[in-house]
Amino acid sequence: MKFMLLMKSTPEAVEESKDLDFEEIIAAMGRYNESLIAAGVILSGEGLADISEAVRVDFGSEVPVVTDGPFTEVKEIFNGFWILEVSSKDEAVEWAKRCPLGPGSWLEVRRVPGIEEFPQDNEFIQREVEWRAEHGQL
Amino acid sequence: MTDDAERVPRAVAAIWRIEAARIVATLTRVVGDFGLAEDLAQEAVIDALAQWPVEGVPRNPGAWLTAVAKRKAIDHWRRRERLDDRYRAIAHDLESRSDTDAPWDPDQIDDDVLRLVFISCHPVLGREARIALTLRVVGGLSTEEIARAFLVPTATIQQRVVRAKKTLAAAKVPFEVPSRDELGARLGSVLGVLYVIFTEGHTASSGETWVRVDLAQEALRLARVLAELLPDESEVLSLVALFEFQSSRFPTRVDAHGEPIPLADQDRTRWDRAQITRGVRALERADARGRGRGAYGLQAAIAECHATAATFADTDWERIVLLYEALGQLAPSPVVELNRAVAVSMATGPASALLIVDRVAAQLQGHHIVPSVRGELLAQLGRRDEARSEFEEAARLTANDRERAVLLAKAATLG
Repeated sequence: MKFMLLMKSTPEAVEESKDLDFEEIIAAMGRYNESLIAAGVILSGEGLADISEAVRVDFGSEVPVVTDGPFTEVKEIFNGFWILEVSSKDEAVEWAKRCPLGPGSWLEVRRVPGIEEFPQDNEFIQREVEWRAEHGQL
Repeated sequence: MTDDAERVPRAVAAIWRIEAARIVATLTRVVGDFGLAEDLAQEAVIDALAQWPVEGVPRNPGAWLTAVAKRKAIDHWRRRERLDDRYRAIAHDLESRSDTDAPWDPDQIDDDVLRLVFISCHPVLGREARIALTLRVVGGLSTEEIARAFLVPTATIQQRVVRAKKTLAAAKVPFEVPSRDELGARLGSVLGVLYVIFTEGHTASSGETWVRVDLAQEALRLARVLAELLPDESEVLSLVALFEFQSSRFPTRVDAHGEPIPLADQDRTRWDRAQITRGVRALERADARGRGRGAYGLQAAIAECHATAATFADTDWERIVLLYEALGQLAPSPVVELNRAVAVSMATGPASALLIVDRVAAQLQGHHIVPSVRGELLAQLGRRDEARSEFEEAARLTANDRERAVLLAKAATLG
């Protein structure tokens, strides 16, 4: 079973983390990633650049509204993800609990359904399957 | 708290799956007895099931379980009044640091896990014992899970594990990674165990299929673990590659009614491309070690040919023939020859393939696979009557109902 661990934080926690020793964060996260590799459960993972670089496209009105970051009134920031292959949701949760994150951060554990769980007779699903086949995507 | 009554046992199971190898490995180093270490670890798990719902799950559950098991080791020796140096060493070890913050030396632990793998797959044990022990001790699967996967009673697996531990103790098997000069041979046993575990999952055709796919998944995970522990062994990486290629086809190997779908008819668009890509990378890494391909490397290369061919017709059969020839030199077996014959028939036609089949037929007498392959080749050559009787013979010999139906259907079309 595939699960995604989504790394989220509050803006305050992200601000505070800028005072922390970057080397130390890299080392702690590196050790965590190494333990995932050693256990043979990690498939992929990425971190995201600072939210100040982000752009938001809102669909509240007729035409999508584009806003550049940084954003005010953001309650949570999505900072990155891992994809793990494990035997159960509990195992995914157990790995999540081992992640070296501090207060103000949390992980959301989400199952990644396989393409086979979508209606196979749908032409768009079929086209997506073909595209995945051609491009070596998940 | 009522919530915890349900959640904690599941958490314990998940923690055990993640930590089992490290805990038992560490304990084996400390108490010097693999069987005892496994028993103590299991007892610690029982304590966890009782205490964690009340006290909460500790911050470092692996260290907690290890510390509790060590204390049980002391109790064990105290009961036997064997207050020797070992007891004092552990006692000192326990006093000098707190339970939940025990510093784990990753290098030491990795090494211990590797030793554990070699103990679980020791040649002094029979094949089935090696498999049960590896899944339970290194993989962290419960006795029930292993029994369900192999469709045997739980008591059988239980007995295998107990007997295996006694055998290891009687043979005074040391807790160590084999020396460089014997590593190759001993590694062969380890890889063989993973291969059998994977194959058991891979060839699942009955029972609780999902459990068996899990089994193949577990073999793949353990192979990845081993590849991390022994990064310079190309055959380990090759085995990872082979498993990645094989499991990329899992979703397409049977139809909605559970009937097996032959390679030629499988929907290749549904093969897991990410997995194939990982297989290609693993095989590249294996080749980069520069020591040539072994038996698993060649099998992985064959699987790669299939996995990367856009259509069945695009398959590079000439290359597959060469790979089977190399495999036949390295690990001669009538089954390899038979597979080579099938590849030859695709590359150069059925006539030369038939000669190969006839050469190995005697070695596989009584096995349905020979008349089954002969039937295909004779049918291609237009020798319909002979082909039909081969299919009928194959149908008579197979033990698998589904396969028999397929073979009889083939015979019928030649009538």
